[in-house]
Amino acid sequence: MIPGFGLSLGITVLMLSVLILIPLVSVLLYSLKLSPAQFARLLTNENVLFAFATSITCSLIAALINCFFGIILAWVLVRYDFPGKRILDGVIELPFCLPTAVAGITLSKLYSDSGWVGGLFSRVGVKISYTHIGLVLALIFIGIPFVVRAIVPVLENLDPQLEEAAYALGASSRITFFKIILSELRPALLTGFALAFARGVGEYGSVIYISGNSAKDHTQVISYVIMQKLNYMDYASATAIALVLLLISFGILFFINVIQIRQSRRTNFR
Amino acid sequence: MDNTTQRGSSLVKGILITISILFVGIMLILPMVYVISSALSKGFSFYFRSLTTEYVVSALLLTLLATLVAVGVNTFFGIMASWALTRFQFKGKQVLATLIDIPFSISPVIAGLSYIMTFGRMGWAAPLMDWINRTFHTDFQVVFALPGVLLATIFVTFPFISREVIPVLNSEGCDEEEAAALMGAGGFTIFRKITFPKMKWALIYGMILCGARALGEFGAVSALSKTRGRTFTLPLEIDALYMSGDSDSIVSAFSVSSILVILAIIVLILRNIFEYREKRSGRKAG
Repeated sequence: MIPGFGLSLGITVLMLSVLILIPLVSVLLYSLKLSPAQFARLLTNENVLFAFATSITCSLIAALINCFFGIILAWVLVRYDFPGKRILDGVIELPFCLPTAVAGITLSKLYSDSGWVGGLFSRVGVKISYTHIGLVLALIFIGIPFVVRAIVPVLENLDPQLEEAAYALGASSRITFFKIILSELRPALLTGFALAFARGVGEYGSVIYISGNSAKDHTQVISYVIMQKLNYMDYASATAIALVLLLISFGILFFINVIQIRQSRRTNFR
Repeated sequence: MDNTTQRGSSLVKGILITISILFVGIMLILPMVYVISSALSKGFSFYFRSLTTEYVVSALLLTLLATLVAVGVNTFFGIMASWALTRFQFKGKQVLATLIDIPFSISPVIAGLSYIMTFGRMGWAAPLMDWINRTFHTDFQVVFALPGVLLATIFVTFPFISREVIPVLNSEGCDEEEAAALMGAGGFTIFRKITFPKMKWALIYGMILCGARALGEFGAVSALSKTRGRTFTLPLEIDALYMSGDSDSIVSAFSVSSILVILAIIVLILRNIFEYREKRSGRKAG
């Protein structure tokens, strides 16, 4: 037997508990002190509800847009060869490496009325920064690598026989793509979508500058509201909101796990 | 393929490549160019002056410290976790793996909040810390102090290294380790001679990713750090400069950002090299 089981497992569980789980349970413990009525009152506060709606809707829209561009980018990276491909491949991961605060202030200025891109749009009367459009844009920026990274390996390992068979049976390339390839990519696409969505719902640094955080225009995101409550020492509200957000995250995590387990079962049977 | 589908598919190819390049150019590359151009918009001397203010230097040092600590702690954890999760079969393994990945899908603000609820004035550990401080005549604080910044950085980068190492060790299998154990090698020898060489590149790669994320963490640290010049990291300093609103400070914010952009680009290049190396070694093994 390989030695070190007890030691390595012990250290793993200990570090995980002390650094991650116990602090998270503290949030839970504190929120349990609230009565259900209090809990409901804090959560149904108008600003909180609007912030939840804003975060969830904008993240959904951004994740959907990312699925569209993610498929195109993954396809281009796997199937085509062209000059500069390696640069394109590398740059896609940029949002993972770039600090969110830097992304936030940059996008916010770039798309403001005086920025390079925002200036062009303001001439036709479209405001991007400090509106929901800007918010979605920042979430697209943050989410795109999740989708591309989920799809690329699956597309690389796709069995060429599937496409050959479809071609031999007379399917056009469009039908082959939509009926065969897309259905093979679906689990990966769902995973990428869920990861991008999860990141978007909890995102803080990259959205708080471009969103403008106006309660009146409903451009506050939920993590901004938590931070605001923390700064006002309103710990009851902060934990109540955080608890709901945690439940959403765990729901998404569970969803991703189910997809992956089903996927590995499918490939193992083949 | 006949001529029309050939032409059709090369048209599709052209369109898709154009869309990709436009998307990446506008969404990802343009912002980088904008940071550099804004940073230099008041000239080089202003640029260097904004990088050498007392606040920025202190933030830079703290950022480096937090990054080193986070990479160190998480490397140790990554090695332990990957050893436990890939060399042995046990009940609850999948659950453990999922729990380790929690910080990936949690809002960084919640990471900050959870330490406040543990060590802050309202937290259950506050009396314990009071007791320690009274007994040892110390003034140890976590929230709004250095330990909080370090803990927050460790939290958000926690799974980065184990997640890179585990798949590599899984795919390599553990036959060699078992053989070595049968022949009487001790745990540390097995690790040093067999397992470590297998995980080496994935480990370094994970450390780079972990470091990149640690350098730039904002939300979690921001919840736990309130004193500019003492517990501010670079992203917090950028926030303070940007939010102060006058045009000089905003340019300074972009100057400080440019350091992080350059670091991000270096990480991207390293990442690219590693991926290339991994693919090549994978081909050799296969």
